[in-house]
Amino acid sequence: MLQVEGLEKRYGAVHAVKGISFEVREAEIFGFLGPNGAGKTTTMKMLATLVRPTAGKALVAGYDVSTQPDEVRRSIGIVFQDPSLDDRLTAAQNLRFHAMLYGVPSDVAVARVKELMEMVELQDRLQERVKTFSGGMRRRLEIARGLLHRPKVLFLDEPTAGLDTQTRMKIWGYIHELREREGVAVFMSTHYLDEAENCDRIAIIDHGEIVALDTPDGLKSQFGGDVITLMTDDPETLLAAIRERWPQLKVRPGSQGQVVVETAEGASWVPRLVEAFVHHIQAVTLSRPSLDDVFIKLTGRAIREEEASAVDRMRLQRGH
Amino acid sequence: MADIGASTKMAHELRAVYTLWLREMTRFVTEWTRVVGALAQPLIFLLIFGIGLNSTFRGGALLPPGFSYTQFMFPGILGMSVLFTSLFSSISVIWDREFGFLKEILVAPISQSSIVLGKMLGGATQALIQGTILLLLMPFLGLWPGMVGVLKLWLIMFLIAITLSGLGLALASRMSSMEGFQMIMNFVVMPLWMLSGAFFPLQGVPSWMEFLMRIDPLTYAVDALRGVMYGSSPLAKALVAHTFSFDLTIVALLALGAFILALLLFRRGEG
Repeated sequence: MLQVEGLEKRYGAVHAVKGISFEVREAEIFGFLGPNGAGKTTTMKMLATLVRPTAGKALVAGYDVSTQPDEVRRSIGIVFQDPSLDDRLTAAQNLRFHAMLYGVPSDVAVARVKELMEMVELQDRLQERVKTFSGGMRRRLEIARGLLHRPKVLFLDEPTAGLDTQTRMKIWGYIHELREREGVAVFMSTHYLDEAENCDRIAIIDHGEIVALDTPDGLKSQFGGDVITLMTDDPETLLAAIRERWPQLKVRPGSQGQVVVETAEGASWVPRLVEAFVHHIQAVTLSRPSLDDVFIKLTGRAIREEEASAVDRMRLQRGH
Repeated sequence: MADIGASTKMAHELRAVYTLWLREMTRFVTEWTRVVGALAQPLIFLLIFGIGLNSTFRGGALLPPGFSYTQFMFPGILGMSVLFTSLFSSISVIWDREFGFLKEILVAPISQSSIVLGKMLGGATQALIQGTILLLLMPFLGLWPGMVGVLKLWLIMFLIAITLSGLGLALASRMSSMEGFQMIMNFVVMPLWMLSGAFFPLQGVPSWMEFLMRIDPLTYAVDALRGVMYGSSPLAKALVAHTFSFDLTIVALLALGAFILALLLFRRGEG
């Protein structure tokens, strides 16, 4: 659905996107993960024909973003980071306007609106002005609108930024439902690590470059193993004993007198370790690495959550 | 086959123009307070200035006996109403950008010219509706140009509206804030309007001001409106400077220029 090759964008001296390549398959949920300013929005704008690439090639549903922008626009739906509804009009008016702009015949549009508004649970709000909608309701309405013309690819730019947990979960529910029902490919950007877990594959982007691309599990096992923490009275003895028995295993002392084992297959090592040193071990914890760990490993820093939420706050205030 | 493709494309673009026009109109109808406000303003001007300045002007030699300052001022007020309505309507692009809605229009599979045309026609229609309501006052002011005259007035009003909405669109696409627009408003649009002869006639002002009034394109729009409204009454003789076709040519050229400017400046995205 999406084929991107060496896509690049420069703004004067600023190299916003430095030649990225990736592919998004049919019915795939593809996540673009990175801190603010990493180049996510610029990439999305290039794919949506809002910004002309400086170099490289991008095909959306088989159409070239540089030479066939009209065909590309017809094949995509977009939900922007900031609301793009006319809040002085009703939900129905916003949807009708969209249908007309995309040339959806009005009888088709009526049926489609009904179906989509039921999906996002706004069917009772059709005749109300968008002004009266909460942030979550607006986002849901925008998702419905973005799908009205049956796009092949749906672009979601930070679809759940600034929303409460319950609404975020609901929106994720819709996104999965969509993929099942319509086979639409979803390309989304996010800076929430826990959200990226919902994607089929993730590209981690930093300073305009893709630094890793894999499934969430693949990324985790590739860039960070499981962590087994062993509580013990005598860490030095235990450490030496493990090293002697399994020299290949990565073992190190923990910060509070524990012994820490890092390995790709944590679950199978726990019984082996316990069996061998049952008298030395008082308790065991096994933790899976988070995408956070992966991100830190790849970029050398944590994703800046506080900064992101400050932006979200501003965005909410601006949006009313 | 190519012809069929081209004609469907054409139909699609026309529908896009209609859609954008319809949105402007839907908002116009929904926001009735704005309509009332836009109508009240010229009426207040007419009432306060008309009555307030009537006695001042009656003493002078400018108005022929039996004519009132309200009659003098009415064409200018009409022009003002059309001017501001169309300008504000197109300047709403700034709001659309501010509140994000512009993006919805910009990513739609429609051409830039359709966006510009739809917006301009939307603004022009609003301005014409308001102008028409004001025209209903003419008989009460002792002005009636006849049906052909009304058609001529519509034509002039339409061209003024296209000029100003085109200009507004061109400005708005290059401007990120409402503050910048306020500047243009105070230093360009207001002087242009005040020098157009809407308030005081060309005759008898200092020559430097007369010069400014002569190069002010709006002068010709106001002159055209006056010419049509006064017909062959003594007022026309005293106050109308040019023939209708001369004024019309200038106003039409202005409208064309503004339309082209809007098409050139209104661009989809950055770079």
